[in-house]
Amino acid sequence: MNRLALMIGNALVGNNEAAAALELCLPPAVIRFDAMCFIALTGSDCAARLEGATLRNGCSVVADAGMTLELSHATRGARAYLCVAGGIDVPLVMGSRSTDLQTQMGGYSGRMIRRGDVLQVRPADSLPRPASIALPSTDGPIRAVAGPEFEEFAPETRAAFFEANWKVTPQSNRMGFRIAGPVLSSLTDRELKSHAVFPGVIQVPKGGAPIVLMADAHTTGGYPRIATVIAADQWRLAQVPPGASIRFSLCTRTDAALAWTQQQTYLQEIRSSLHAN
Amino acid sequence: MTTEDVKCYWLSETAAVLEVQGVTTLDKQRRIWALVDQFSSHPHVRELVPGMNNLSVELDPAAPKLESLPDEMLAGWRNAKPALRSSRRIDIPVEYGGAAGPDLEEVAQHAGLSPTEVVRRHCAVEYVVYFLGFLPGFAYLGGLDPQLATPRRREPRIAVPAGSVGIGGEQTGVYPWASPGGWQLIGRTSVRLFDPAWPSPALLSAGDTVRFVDAEERR
Repeated sequence: MNRLALMIGNALVGNNEAAAALELCLPPAVIRFDAMCFIALTGSDCAARLEGATLRNGCSVVADAGMTLELSHATRGARAYLCVAGGIDVPLVMGSRSTDLQTQMGGYSGRMIRRGDVLQVRPADSLPRPASIALPSTDGPIRAVAGPEFEEFAPETRAAFFEANWKVTPQSNRMGFRIAGPVLSSLTDRELKSHAVFPGVIQVPKGGAPIVLMADAHTTGGYPRIATVIAADQWRLAQVPPGASIRFSLCTRTDAALAWTQQQTYLQEIRSSLHAN
Repeated sequence: MTTEDVKCYWLSETAAVLEVQGVTTLDKQRRIWALVDQFSSHPHVRELVPGMNNLSVELDPAAPKLESLPDEMLAGWRNAKPALRSSRRIDIPVEYGGAAGPDLEEVAQHAGLSPTEVVRRHCAVEYVVYFLGFLPGFAYLGGLDPQLATPRRREPRIAVPAGSVGIGGEQTGVYPWASPGGWQLIGRTSVRLFDPAWPSPALLSAGDTVRFVDAEERR
């Protein structure tokens, strides 16, 4: 869900972008290392302790065999990422090591990790030096570009969309966040023909309650698209727990492209700082 | 080619949609398939998703000439000749109505027909697979009797059971997996539509034809 946190974590332990890691949604969790591992935690802050010592987010460290990592419930954010040098050893299914919970495909037997599961780690090529980096801030409104049906909502409805505090409801999952706030009524009644949707697209069904599509979104849909969360901000949405509020701000495609470029530069700087000694 | 009304617009900072206006036709969809073929060799394509008489193309954010994507798609459409696809015929037995199809009554009421007549008309057509989408193995079928067209539900269901057969607007299809969904559910099938272990994981592909068979009639 938080692709940026996964990429930062994988960079910290010297993995390529496609290496599998653990996504921990609203911990607590306890993980014991049966063999020495080079690890990094990113994403939400879970007051993690490795063998009792504080492990800060954005730090890479060696966990010796027999050590235990404890994560409390998230004090900030919703999802923590544990990356391990080499990556977690799960098979490639249709080109991916990810788990798809809905179809029970990929990852670790197509399901969530349970207490008692033992995960194998793939051999690492070369280890970067242990490092500590500052993680980007999750503060501020989520930026979105106008969607194809934006103009089919009245000016006051569009304004309400960007002014409201939207509450992420408990009916939210990896496919989409249902958000509660003002009712967004469309000016037209027309039925759209089914079309592609991507993570970040904000759909508005007839009832007027928007759905923000997330990482495991279906590939096509048919509801009006009021806006699309920009690529550079999708990770921040993944850190919002159910019950918390979000706001959107209107962004141009040019600014969206700029934000993405800045994020790539930030990632590149992390990667080069880890390899310069 | 006659001049058709075609729109091309941005969906995100990196994805554009080409949408053919007017009545959905198989001929337009064959040209969409041709446009898919054209763009599948494009070096910077990240996602290529055909829809019902439309196509979405997402490029790598670093792609040179990203801004000219809509023009490229429009030019591609003008050159697109209807593509031919395989045409296997697949029968799908369906248990209509009752708990298997809780919205059959609503569809019947909307159409001004009896539930039995809705089922008869739903089974009377040889549908063509226009494209796959939504969920793995989900086929969007063209050919629904226009009188059976029913708007999607105001509030999508949180959990539609796997195998549910539904109508959404002028489209009909089968949910391969349990999923949230907004279509009107008229029945259910036990046919498996997707398996990652199959050489081609989806049972159906664009160009195939499908017939629904009333399971009750067959007995």
